[in-house]
Amino acid sequence: MHLDHHHDGPAAVSADAHRPDGTRRALRIGLGGPVGSGKTATVAALCRALREELSLAVVTNDIYTREDAEFLLREAVLPPERISAVETGACPHTAIRDDISANLEAVEDLEDEVGPLDLVLVESGGDNLTATFSKGLVDAQIFVIDVAGGDDIPRKGGPGVSTADLLVVNKTDLAPYVGSDLARMAADAKAQRGELPVVLQSLRSEDGVRDVADWVRARLAAWTA
Amino acid sequence: MTTPGGVRATARIVARGDGRGGTSLPVLEGEGPLALRRTRGSGAEARVMLVGAMSGPLGGDHFTVDARAEQGAGLRVGSAAATLALPGQDKAAARYDVRLSVADGAELHWLPEQLISAHGSDLYVGTRVDLAATARLVLREEQVLGRTGEEPGRLTSRLTVRIAGRCVLDQELACGPGAPGGWDGPAGLAGHRAVGQAVVARPEFAADPPTARMLGQDAAVMPLAGPAALVTAVAPDAQRLRRLLDEALASFV
Amino acid sequence: MSRAALLVLADGRFPAGGHAHSGGAEAAVRAGRITDAPSLEEFCRGRLHTGGAVTAALAAAAALDADPGELDRAADARTPSPALRAAARRLGRQLMRAARATWPHPELDALARRFPKGAHQPVVLGLAARAAGLGPEDAAYCSAYEGVSGPATAVVRLLSLDPFDATAVLARLAPEVDRVVQDAVDVARRAVSEGPDVLPARSAPLLETGAEAHATWPVRLFAS
Repeated sequence: MHLDHHHDGPAAVSADAHRPDGTRRALRIGLGGPVGSGKTATVAALCRALREELSLAVVTNDIYTREDAEFLLREAVLPPERISAVETGACPHTAIRDDISANLEAVEDLEDEVGPLDLVLVESGGDNLTATFSKGLVDAQIFVIDVAGGDDIPRKGGPGVSTADLLVVNKTDLAPYVGSDLARMAADAKAQRGELPVVLQSLRSEDGVRDVADWVRARLAAWTA
Repeated sequence: MTTPGGVRATARIVARGDGRGGTSLPVLEGEGPLALRRTRGSGAEARVMLVGAMSGPLGGDHFTVDARAEQGAGLRVGSAAATLALPGQDKAAARYDVRLSVADGAELHWLPEQLISAHGSDLYVGTRVDLAATARLVLREEQVLGRTGEEPGRLTSRLTVRIAGRCVLDQELACGPGAPGGWDGPAGLAGHRAVGQAVVARPEFAADPPTARMLGQDAAVMPLAGPAALVTAVAPDAQRLRRLLDEALASFV
Repeated sequence: MSRAALLVLADGRFPAGGHAHSGGAEAAVRAGRITDAPSLEEFCRGRLHTGGAVTAALAAAAALDADPGELDRAADARTPSPALRAAARRLGRQLMRAARATWPHPELDALARRFPKGAHQPVVLGLAARAAGLGPEDAAYCSAYEGVSGPATAVVRLLSLDPFDATAVLARLAPEVDRVVQDAVDVARRAVSEGPDVLPARSAPLLETGAEAHATWPVRLFAS
């Protein structure tokens, strides 16, 4: 990352840690994962957990609607001006990995319009197990899977499961009903990920997002250090 | 290209505020096939009718209409009948130039009947509008491709609108045989035989621009990058096109 | 001058935001006007000879160092649809980001400062071509080609059209792209000396009304 220089003019490029005026930009964390695994619910829970202590904003990448953005608006997890929707031309993984320009623009506009920001959460549209965020777009990424998607997903691996900075296994409360073996999922994830952390969570329980929120706080402390 | 064999004709209109709240017409000059008639106006407005003494333009002809609304004038120009572009004897193209200028505080309504592009004709229409910063304009242009059941001729129509010297609209429509490919395809007219534009310009649009909106499937009101709006509409025939454009214009009141 | 630089700039994977736009194809598909490869071809042909001819000329003129502010105003006047103006500026801003990272150049920096929310995409494209050491013909080729390849790619996704058929459409249009580019470069040279009024202004009515209709849809795959 280019920590020591910033570009002339308004449109800084990619992963520069500074904004055009020289101030440090917000930490950007991506949330990806398959359709229905609970990305939007996790984003909503994170917003509720962090909004009192941090200045934050959300960028959504929907597949063919603004539904995720509208869910967040309806739930009123953040004021509307802090939520921005990127249209992805049917390919959300392209917009978060191969051609990140629209997302970078959305992040910059949020920083310009409601900044200064501490944290921007970039949510991918539901996609497949290979969809990961470009390092030019986010500083860290969370991959969200759920127990109902099959307890063999951690074993199968794939870039999201094996390389994300944090793997979240969501909806643990459903495990008994869908016959998923949580211990096996945790063991398989450990095998795929080595030292990279895994969180098992149920957003139905009180403060269910606490572990993920703590992880985000730690990343933010490292970013601003 | 037009040829020396064709008819050249120019009509001139100058409208001016008469200082008593009305509009006078110090210049009202028709020529040849372009005859002009003053008709009953209403209130401050003068009304002029373009009366085609013969159908035209034919291939090789070059017509020009020059209308100016000077300070304080309210001018409304219409035409008695549709203009029919017809083939000439020597396959030459015809040209029709319309020059409109509106001064500060003046208002022009340019509302001619349709232009019909008959089979075998080849016409270039250039409409150039120059508006002062506080001028007001309502303009409607309609192109009908062929008489009923007839293949159209070639028609190229360019419309430019300048406000205070700055071009806010420059748009050319080319259709008919010999026009660049795809003119009647899914991006162009898709089989529609009537296409039209309306322009409304008002100084108050600078602070309070009209909102973009659809009128049915194939007509839209579009605020321009300046204090003006364009209505673009396509329709299966002239009657339905007229209804769309007039509905759009009525919504500006 | 590097020929390969042209391939970099013209590559559909050049990360400048184009993948999220259908060039009007999504509206035409929804209206039932694009249903198969032949109707895609007619759509692309119409787009090439109207908006494509205009953007190619703008890009060529920008590559020839015509004043980008004047070209941007000329692009505004030739784009009556506010949805299309917004898309053109958004794509211009995204291309600006990619171009500055790829071919850093003071002219790009200056344009970015002048249009922080984006200049019209073909104007940025012409300056990006200059920054890449390319000429007006290259800029016009990029613009004319992406004007047809964008819809073709989108229709593969929208209709599950056979990608070989879509690519064959582009190949059949190639000679017409050549002619549009030649005309664009010729008129761009005139625009440098005579001003942007001589640039083409050809329009396609259903592209404009379709873009306005598309902008109102709550559910869509593409941004324009």
